[in-house]
Amino acid sequence: MGERIQQSAVSSQQSAGSEKKPKATRDEYGEVLLELGKKRSDIVVLDADLSSSTKTGKFAKAFPDRFFNMGIAEQDMVGTAAGLSLTGKVPFASTFAVFETGRAWDQIRLTVCYSNTNVKLVATHGGITVGEDGASHQALEDIALMRSLPNMTVIVPSDAAETASVINAVADYKGPVYVRLGRAKVPYVMPDNYRFRIGKAHIFHIGKDVNIIAAGIMVDAAIKAAALLKKDGIDTGVLNMSTIKPLDEEAVLSAAKSAKLILTAEEHSIIGGLGSAVCEFLSETHPVRVIRIGVRDTFGCSGNPDDLLRIHGLTAEDIVKTIKDSM
Amino acid sequence: MSVLTKGKITDVSELRKVAKNVRIRILHMLTMAGSGHTGGSLSAADVAVAIYFSKMNFNPKEPFWKGRDRFILSKGHAAPLLYALMAEAGYFPEDVLDNLRKIESPLQGHPCCKRLPGVEVSTGSLGQGLSVANGMALGLRLDKNPARIYCIMGDGEIQEGQIWEAAMTAAHYKIDNLCAVVDNNGLQIDGPVQKVMGINPIHDKWAAFGWHVIGIDGHNMEQILAALDEAEKTKGMPTVIIANTTKGKGVSFFEHKVEYHGITPTPEEYERAVKEIHNG
Ligand SMILES: Cc1ncc(C[n+]2csc(CCOP(=O)(O)OP(=O)(O)O)c2C)c(N)n1
Ligand SMILES: [Mg+2]
Repeated sequence: MGERIQQSAVSSQQSAGSEKKPKATRDEYGEVLLELGKKRSDIVVLDADLSSSTKTGKFAKAFPDRFFNMGIAEQDMVGTAAGLSLTGKVPFASTFAVFETGRAWDQIRLTVCYSNTNVKLVATHGGITVGEDGASHQALEDIALMRSLPNMTVIVPSDAAETASVINAVADYKGPVYVRLGRAKVPYVMPDNYRFRIGKAHIFHIGKDVNIIAAGIMVDAAIKAAALLKKDGIDTGVLNMSTIKPLDEEAVLSAAKSAKLILTAEEHSIIGGLGSAVCEFLSETHPVRVIRIGVRDTFGCSGNPDDLLRIHGLTAEDIVKTIKDSM
Repeated sequence: MSVLTKGKITDVSELRKVAKNVRIRILHMLTMAGSGHTGGSLSAADVAVAIYFSKMNFNPKEPFWKGRDRFILSKGHAAPLLYALMAEAGYFPEDVLDNLRKIESPLQGHPCCKRLPGVEVSTGSLGQGLSVANGMALGLRLDKNPARIYCIMGDGEIQEGQIWEAAMTAAHYKIDNLCAVVDNNGLQIDGPVQKVMGINPIHDKWAAFGWHVIGIDGHNMEQILAALDEAEKTKGMPTVIIANTTKGKGVSFFEHKVEYHGITPTPEEYERAVKEIHNG
């Protein structure tokens, strides 16, 4: 499963926000879940034989009675989670994003979304930075799959601190949620006093020339790109759209009204993800040019995360070039 | 504490009477609706009536009462059966049945828990109910809640892989507050189950997956009651009742007919069917 690769996808560059060492969002998840388990007896956790990778293993060790390893059976895991939620438990069901959303989509649709059950699907190994395991394990369509479902909330945290805030918010929220986490270590990008709210984007800055609406690891790339562009006199805004659904329409609108060009940036297919959500909204309300940075309708491949990001045009330099080319 | 308002029925002839009422209601609403699933609603009626009215604790006035036993119709296309049971129990007035499958009706074509309190979870995509039942059983066990879960599946439905995932789960976690039923009527949409995709030896399969298996005639009320008792007494492992049934049971001209899976009675057929059930 490629656990041996420890180097960060983006750690080779200077982190934007903090001096803290990069940390994988899944590592943070494992710790926060453990803390939640201590505080709340209604929290239960399910996994499909990946608890060492998704980091739910920490919770499992501390609370064996409230942890259910479902074996390699994602469909059953989702249904069982729905059943647990219907008795008042707050189930967190975790596996890799590909399997969570793809293998169990019909189950998520019927017993989670249509039944509107209080199930938290927290998937790890989202996106291309899964790395060496290759395309079979790189979820690039998960956001599209989850975003199309009524009642579903879709969240992609940008760093470990935001992940902690997200998991706590999600535990308090009533209803289906999909949270996408990553495998690789990522730098801290959010301000120290930041607190996540479902449906609320964090606006670093609204630019007059261009605004980048980013999610996940692409927030870091966007911040770096904005700094580089500033040197050339291009006023570039950055928004962290960690909740992809419901979209913070107000924030998108203010970005679109301030600058004629919008870039979306995500570690996901350009089809159906954040870029699509922004385009769908703006084309109906305030049409401006939107360029989608993302994986361009192709599968990934094996490789180290940094190389993969380069190959797929997902670096700060790619964002800078795209913006300069289109201004 | 809340219990079924009418009180539990243990008298066999009384239960048979309820089953007749339920069958007539099923036919009534299907005739009114003009579409829906006739055969599988009728085949599971006797077992479902026995579960609902002889075993389950619930209160229609308080559908979310925590101590209630839970009924999951995994074969959601038999929704008319569930609605007939719920009407009989007093969840809603009789005339609501006339709105089956109509716009904005609480009686959706397949059961919807958000539109009709008392439906425990939405079903309709086959193969999913047993997993939900397991989750509920585990949740109740964590709370030391003595309530029980009943889950009815179709024999064709158990071709779904997820059923066997859930079968493993129930045995692995020694879920004994759950009683599953396979409505073994031998038919699915494209023909006899054994022709489409054989599921035999069905008893051995469930047993091999770690289940206590009880085989019965699913239209014999004494056998059904005995099986439900046995299931309740079985500890440390899940129980499945393989109920051998007749698809379309109770209406001679629907029985054993593949095509009556998904077609509804004409008004003339309805009249004849009701007469048969009354005389039967
Ligand atoms: C996942 C899924 N696939 C297909 C269907 C369409 N379908 C509805 S009923 C049915 C046959 C069910 O046969 P069985 O389980 O034996 O039910 P019964 O005979 O009791 O009606 C099928 C294929 C469905 N509802 N769900
Ligand atoms: Mg059948």
